[in-house]
Amino acid sequence: MAAPMLRWGCRGRRWAFARVDGGSCHRRGAPTGSTSNRIRGESSVAQQPLHTAQKTRKGEHKWAAVVGLEIHAQISSNSKLFSGSQVRFSAPPNSLVSFFDASLPGTLPVLNRRCVEAAVMTGLALNCHINKKSLFDRKHYFYADLPAGYQITQQRLPIAVNGSLIYGVCAGKKQSQVIPKTVRIKQIQLEQDSGKSLHDNLRSQTLIDLNRAGVGLLEVVLEPDMSCGEEAATAVRELQLILQALGTSQANMAEGQLRVDANISVHHPGEPLGVRTEVKNLNSIRFLAKAIDYEIQRQINELENGGEILNETRSFHHKLGCTMSMRDKEGKQDYRFMPEPNLPPLVLYDATSLPAGADPQQVINIDQIRETLPELPSVTREKLVQQYGMLLEHSFTLLNEVGLLEFFQNVIKETRAEPKKVTSWVLNTFLGYLKQQNLAVSESPVTPSALAELLDLLDSRTISSSAAKQVFEELWKREGKTPGQIVSEKQLELMQDQGALEQLCHSVMEAHPQVVMDVKNRNPRAINKLIGLVRKATQSRADPVMIKELLEKKLSL
Amino acid sequence: MLGRTLREVSAALKQGQITPTELCQKCLSLIKKTKFLNAYITVSEEVALKQAEESEKRYKNGQSLGDLDGIPIAVKDNFSTSGIETTCASNMLKGYIPPYNATVVQKLLDQGALLMGKTNLDEFAMGSGSTDGVFGPVKNPWSYSKQYREKRKQNPHSENEDSDWLITGGSSGGSAAAVSAFTCYAALGSDTGGSTRNPAAHCGLVGFKPSYGLVSRHGLIPLVNSMDVPGILTRCVDDAAIVLGALAGPDPRDSTTVHDPINKPFMLPSLADVSKLCIGIPKEYLVPELSSEVQSLWSKAADLFESEGAKVIEVSLPHTSYSIVCYHVLCTSEVASNMARFDGLQYGHRCDIDVSTEAMYAATRREGFNDVVRGRILSGNFFLLKENYENYFVKAQKVRRLIANDFINAFNSGVDVLLTPTTLSEAVPYLEFIKEDNRTRSAQDDIFTQAVNMAGLPAVSIPVALSNQGLPIGLQFIGRAFCDQQLLTVAKWFEKQVQFPVIQLQELMDDCSAVLENEKLASVSLKQ
Repeated sequence: MAAPMLRWGCRGRRWAFARVDGGSCHRRGAPTGSTSNRIRGESSVAQQPLHTAQKTRKGEHKWAAVVGLEIHAQISSNSKLFSGSQVRFSAPPNSLVSFFDASLPGTLPVLNRRCVEAAVMTGLALNCHINKKSLFDRKHYFYADLPAGYQITQQRLPIAVNGSLIYGVCAGKKQSQVIPKTVRIKQIQLEQDSGKSLHDNLRSQTLIDLNRAGVGLLEVVLEPDMSCGEEAATAVRELQLILQALGTSQANMAEGQLRVDANISVHHPGEPLGVRTEVKNLNSIRFLAKAIDYEIQRQINELENGGEILNETRSFHHKLGCTMSMRDKEGKQDYRFMPEPNLPPLVLYDATSLPAGADPQQVINIDQIRETLPELPSVTREKLVQQYGMLLEHSFTLLNEVGLLEFFQNVIKETRAEPKKVTSWVLNTFLGYLKQQNLAVSESPVTPSALAELLDLLDSRTISSSAAKQVFEELWKREGKTPGQIVSEKQLELMQDQGALEQLCHSVMEAHPQVVMDVKNRNPRAINKLIGLVRKATQSRADPVMIKELLEKKLSL
Repeated sequence: MLGRTLREVSAALKQGQITPTELCQKCLSLIKKTKFLNAYITVSEEVALKQAEESEKRYKNGQSLGDLDGIPIAVKDNFSTSGIETTCASNMLKGYIPPYNATVVQKLLDQGALLMGKTNLDEFAMGSGSTDGVFGPVKNPWSYSKQYREKRKQNPHSENEDSDWLITGGSSGGSAAAVSAFTCYAALGSDTGGSTRNPAAHCGLVGFKPSYGLVSRHGLIPLVNSMDVPGILTRCVDDAAIVLGALAGPDPRDSTTVHDPINKPFMLPSLADVSKLCIGIPKEYLVPELSSEVQSLWSKAADLFESEGAKVIEVSLPHTSYSIVCYHVLCTSEVASNMARFDGLQYGHRCDIDVSTEAMYAATRREGFNDVVRGRILSGNFFLLKENYENYFVKAQKVRRLIANDFINAFNSGVDVLLTPTTLSEAVPYLEFIKEDNRTRSAQDDIFTQAVNMAGLPAVSIPVALSNQGLPIGLQFIGRAFCDQQLLTVAKWFEKQVQFPVIQLQELMDDCSAVLENEKLASVSLKQ
């Protein structure tokens, strides 16, 4: 793990919210930078962090890292930002291309209302100031998958500015404390996505797919208020949850609906910021954290060895776990920005500025959008904490796993068991099984109803908690049996016959006089051994609490 | 029949004096006879005949679509036409067949008009002579008119006739030549700095530039998006109004078209009285380069209004002199941007070089664009560089605002329309014209027309009289934004007063005597 060796306050473990009793292993909590990935020439570079880390630990040099993010979120909309073509992932190449998308001469952009509403909604959710007037600009560069030779974006006057994003970072000895952090949002701008270039190295040709060309993007610029991979990753995860809650973006990183570029520099606190590099190609939250931490360490090493940091673009190589210079041939591009002359200024209204008799189809009312904002993740978490008395970090876990909250709520709805019990089962047992087998919630073999029934059996003391675990394991096998069926087939019900149990206790005590002596000689723990023996004799079908009561009575404690 | 106006021939069609197919065939045969004018890049004979056939059916069933049904029209080759090659007179787009119609083209076709073909222009409409296209220069039909020839015979210095033909002006010279030579009744041009009005003036036509935002630009291959407007070339003002009526209106495909309701159709009243009008004469338009003939006609026109009771006042448009340099910066910047899409990947010309994508771009664009286009791309990119943007582009935008404000101030002072020259002089011979480069010519020739595009105002050039050489001279009226109808109404009154003569091309088209039906109109009331 790279992060914990550094000095700037980031605990190494990330995404550790799930450990209610320290039990489950979280997928994203997997250690970063495992040496097995370091192969070939890069290995020496990759291992340097260890060396520096020791230095910093001694306090010889204090380094602070500064991380800012540029996030591109594909807007979830039926059609593209400026054309009527459909937006769909993995459609056949070039099947979703309008004349405008292919930039046929004479075609003009027509702004998609839905995309504007999504931008306003996202801006409001991120506490931004919404600009009542924003402008579109052309950003020029030649690239094969940019058919017009320019991208329409909002460089001068974006639709939303000056917002903030609050996210929680885990801290404390057991990572059980959530510390809220804030990152400022500089701006949100509407812009076009580019197409995709597919390089066929065998025939040394490049194929262009324009399905993505012109899809609406929200570029969210996060100020450099973060200081390590974990913070950046957590912030991005929170943004992802917000976008998903709003429905403004599916924000699926694997499908490229959320793309992150990180700007990273290091400096000595109190001194001016260092030269920054931009790291691209971060296509998962895990790699984002990894890449940032790697890059921070690389820069520190470079500077401590007397080198210098180049203002360059670097790419994260996820197999090698390191960043590499992309070596732009032409150096810094001049994008030759100019106003997009085919789009009038985008004017938005609020309740006070809305012109009387305006056609609702032709105007966008910010206040109206504000009213339709759905519940944001932070509010959902708060409600979970209040309603079910769960710890804040548990609420984080429930939201962080796709579908887990819904699963949890469905179980709650159907069971009589205490919410705390449900929380514990969902976050430990259920999530633990999922993680172990690398399954998503939607792929779970256990339905919310089944778990609810199981918890009911437990709650009514029909089965013991160890029996419950056994039932759960059976359920996981997808044999289509209900918990009730499993319990009766496996005869897992607790012994309800107190006389029989009393008899068993008696026999156990007779068979283990030494232990009985221990208990009587004021070694109270010894009773646990007796309880265990009785339980074993009942094949774990007896309630340990009841056993204890009977034993105590017999031992006249 | 061919010499008639659109309105007249429309009436003839309705009365069954001629069928659309007959009319179409007459025009096609004239197009062939006047091929040497180089007015058309593509003649869409099959399409036109098929459209004529359909139009004929409608007339037979009494289901005519209106004034434009069965009327032959031509379209400048920078408007996208579905299934018909659209070249912009550039190697870059040779062989490019668009899959869609420009909105204006579609609207004309929806009204039953017959598309005769695509007309010649300066490459990507960059020029003022229609001399700089890859298909060669357009010849002004007036070069072959009786009026011009007779004057030349009197001139002992006249050189070899064949090499002494005149330019049409531009960049919509092909459209102007097509209408002027009677091969169609109306043509679409485009107007960015005067490209419709300039050739109209040189070819003795009405050249109308509507208000920016009144007519859709969708499908017009852009020169300068913020100034481009589809233009209309016709033989009289009423015809322009008919075409405008068909074209005007909001287009969901062009976000810069305005939604405000406009009076449709554009029926122009015949003004009986101009006494309530106020005509503004911008003093800055009296430039030293202005030919004495044009200047004299301009002042006679002002006198005419005054004598008929209109108020004629001098106004000042103080920033006009900055218009040319300001236009140069804004035009080239947008050109640099608009031309970026021509990379040889999706459509149009692609070179054979495949060493790298960059090498392919470079060679494709070198082969595809002429020097004029490449020069403007280079300048434009220079102005847009980060270090230059504030000093050039932003300043030019500010000056543009000042120029536009000049007009607003003039109109606010009570002026209804402005009266100015359209061009410095009549058309010049090709050999004379090419002595200067494209940039110099464009700067000179757009001097009276360009500021209007900066301000988005409607303007129309009306042919006024023949020069001493027997060549047409036009004057320009400029109106308030979206007061296109008022502007055309004034222009129509003026047109009636001046009785501009019909071009006499009988020597050229010996067996087309029908052309001369309207010879009786050849009286020139403003003749010097």
